[in-house]
Amino acid sequence: MATSNEVVVSHNVGLHARPAAVFAKLAATFSSTIQVENLTKGTEPVNAKSVLRILAAGIQMNDRLRISADGTDEDAAITALSNLITTNFGETE
Amino acid sequence: MSMTRAIRGIAASPGIAIGPIVRYEAQKLVVHQQETSDVPCELQHLDEALSQAREEVHRLYEQATQSVGTQEAAIFEAHESFLHDPELLDQVHSTIQQHTRTAAYAWQQGVEQYANQLRSLNDTYLAARAADLEDVGQRVLRILGGQQEQTLHLQTPAIIVAPDLTPSETVRFDSQKVYAFCTATGGPTSHVAILAKALGIPAITGLGTELDQLTDGLQVIVDGNNGEILLEPDSATLELYRQRAQTLAQHQQVAFASAHQPAYTSDGTRVEIVANIGSPDQVAGALSYGAEGIGLLRTEFLFLERATAPDEEEQVTIYRSIFEAMEQRPIVVRTFDIGGDKPAPYMTVPAEMNPFLGIRGIRLALTHRDLLQTQLRALLRAGTGHQLSIMFPMVSSSEEIIALREQLEIARQALEAEQIAVAEQVQVGIMIEVPAAALMADLLAEQVDFFSIGTNDLTQYTLAADRTNEATASFSDALHPAVLRLIAMVSKAAHEHHRWVGLCGELAGDPLALPVLVGLGLDELSMTPKAIPLCKQQLRLYTLEEAREIAQQALKRRNAAEVRALLKEKTHMN
Repeated sequence: MATSNEVVVSHNVGLHARPAAVFAKLAATFSSTIQVENLTKGTEPVNAKSVLRILAAGIQMNDRLRISADGTDEDAAITALSNLITTNFGETE
Repeated sequence: MSMTRAIRGIAASPGIAIGPIVRYEAQKLVVHQQETSDVPCELQHLDEALSQAREEVHRLYEQATQSVGTQEAAIFEAHESFLHDPELLDQVHSTIQQHTRTAAYAWQQGVEQYANQLRSLNDTYLAARAADLEDVGQRVLRILGGQQEQTLHLQTPAIIVAPDLTPSETVRFDSQKVYAFCTATGGPTSHVAILAKALGIPAITGLGTELDQLTDGLQVIVDGNNGEILLEPDSATLELYRQRAQTLAQHQQVAFASAHQPAYTSDGTRVEIVANIGSPDQVAGALSYGAEGIGLLRTEFLFLERATAPDEEEQVTIYRSIFEAMEQRPIVVRTFDIGGDKPAPYMTVPAEMNPFLGIRGIRLALTHRDLLQTQLRALLRAGTGHQLSIMFPMVSSSEEIIALREQLEIARQALEAEQIAVAEQVQVGIMIEVPAAALMADLLAEQVDFFSIGTNDLTQYTLAADRTNEATASFSDALHPAVLRLIAMVSKAAHEHHRWVGLCGELAGDPLALPVLVGLGLDELSMTPKAIPLCKQQLRLYTLEEAREIAQQALKRRNAAEVRALLKEKTHMN
């Protein structure tokens, strides 16, 4: 069974560069197929493991995303990736 | 009046350079041959080229980390991530297989397509990523064409003028021979600007069509402080700038030449100048800047951006590699300092309205004792034969210190029971970041071997001003007398109990602040490695008495601005 979750991006540069790379890198640690859809911009779902696709999705601050995963570790993937976004990528220091 | 002609661009990196221009223009590789009759062979070529490119980029990343620091080197991390992009690689593979194209042609097409897509979004930031992608794309084409990476060789030092410079080009020049960089494109935050600043080379970007006036061999003055280039300067102008450049250079030179000397005040009071380190690849750089030890080893790099926690063996290996590089120099390791603002996916961090006042630092570690145990065991094991201190972040009470010491004892006893060698005489300290800990320092001092004051958090907690919020950032100045009074209090409490006290916030690396910190009695200052030479140099200009006098005056000022004015008046650095 596939699973999904919706989150809002609070990072001030959206999913640009470092956040996008961090997100894709974390996604790549899971075996499930993972997709991200920018609900605010209405773009197609893209492969969460592809930093280029995520960049091209033009995800900005306050955009609502749907992350969906399908595979043996789908729940862990959704939790980890949602956490990463809602907790702002650990960028404060 | 001087008749010297001048052109203007964006001041991207400060400093003055005088010399001849060398024009540089990258040759762009374009692949024309499309068809192949040997698909498996092309696929293999592609794979080999990609792994070589990954290696090259990784080396650039390491090199840049050494020369310019982790943050700036992140550019090359982005390059690496492109070389692993599954969508791009899938597309290139299928172009080779289904359309029997050569690896080079298929790669070129894939890169172009993604780069165009990023550019079509009309966002300057994404356009810069498109340029990054093309940069890494050219690298792979070069490898596929069987060419070696050319070093950009300069016979004699010169000012490099180019329409544009990619990050890989910028770091490939021999930085010893580059007086300055001037480019037509780019703003104050472009790669060239960031890298030039980190390398300490003046740079002017955004020259546009003015760039055409900068012909090969022309003598110019580049003033990176105001973004001005003076063409064929007359002798009076030349003399003026030579003097300015010389004064600047002398100051730097003296600082760097003596960076490896131990740090003392002019009357012989020892202050340890040590480095803040955030990852193993910064260690060599820190030593080259003259670090006398590590005053703050942040261990978050081990825990963040991964799906599972690092195990004991992995941690031991990494700590050992750092400790061995430091030999017998003192090393202060901070246990993982994680909170709701920088979480790890495998830790359960509750969603909080206010993560800076929430479950973070040691509060989180004490609710994840398995993770803390693993880290403490790894540290005790790796610390054998080294001068190791363990420091706990975000401590606000005596009970926490009791609990933490107990955790350390559990780890030690377990290892001893397993007959595994552990470090003897490990000092135990706490960070003073919470005003409560500063106010209670006289009692907390009885329970620890040392304090290290974390001024970044101490400042924002004391002044109730979020330093990451632009609107409140101006309230959040670590030189505020309220913060200085807390530092004075902590220092006094530590010394009354014969404990040493250090400071590891950004304030430590600010040469202006140095006399105050020394005057308040800090025994150790831990800073970003690059700041070490100048801080040591600054320290040598004061007597302890002078520093104390300045500190006493600063404590009586009304606000941070008044403290800054005082320090500017008293500074010996001009």
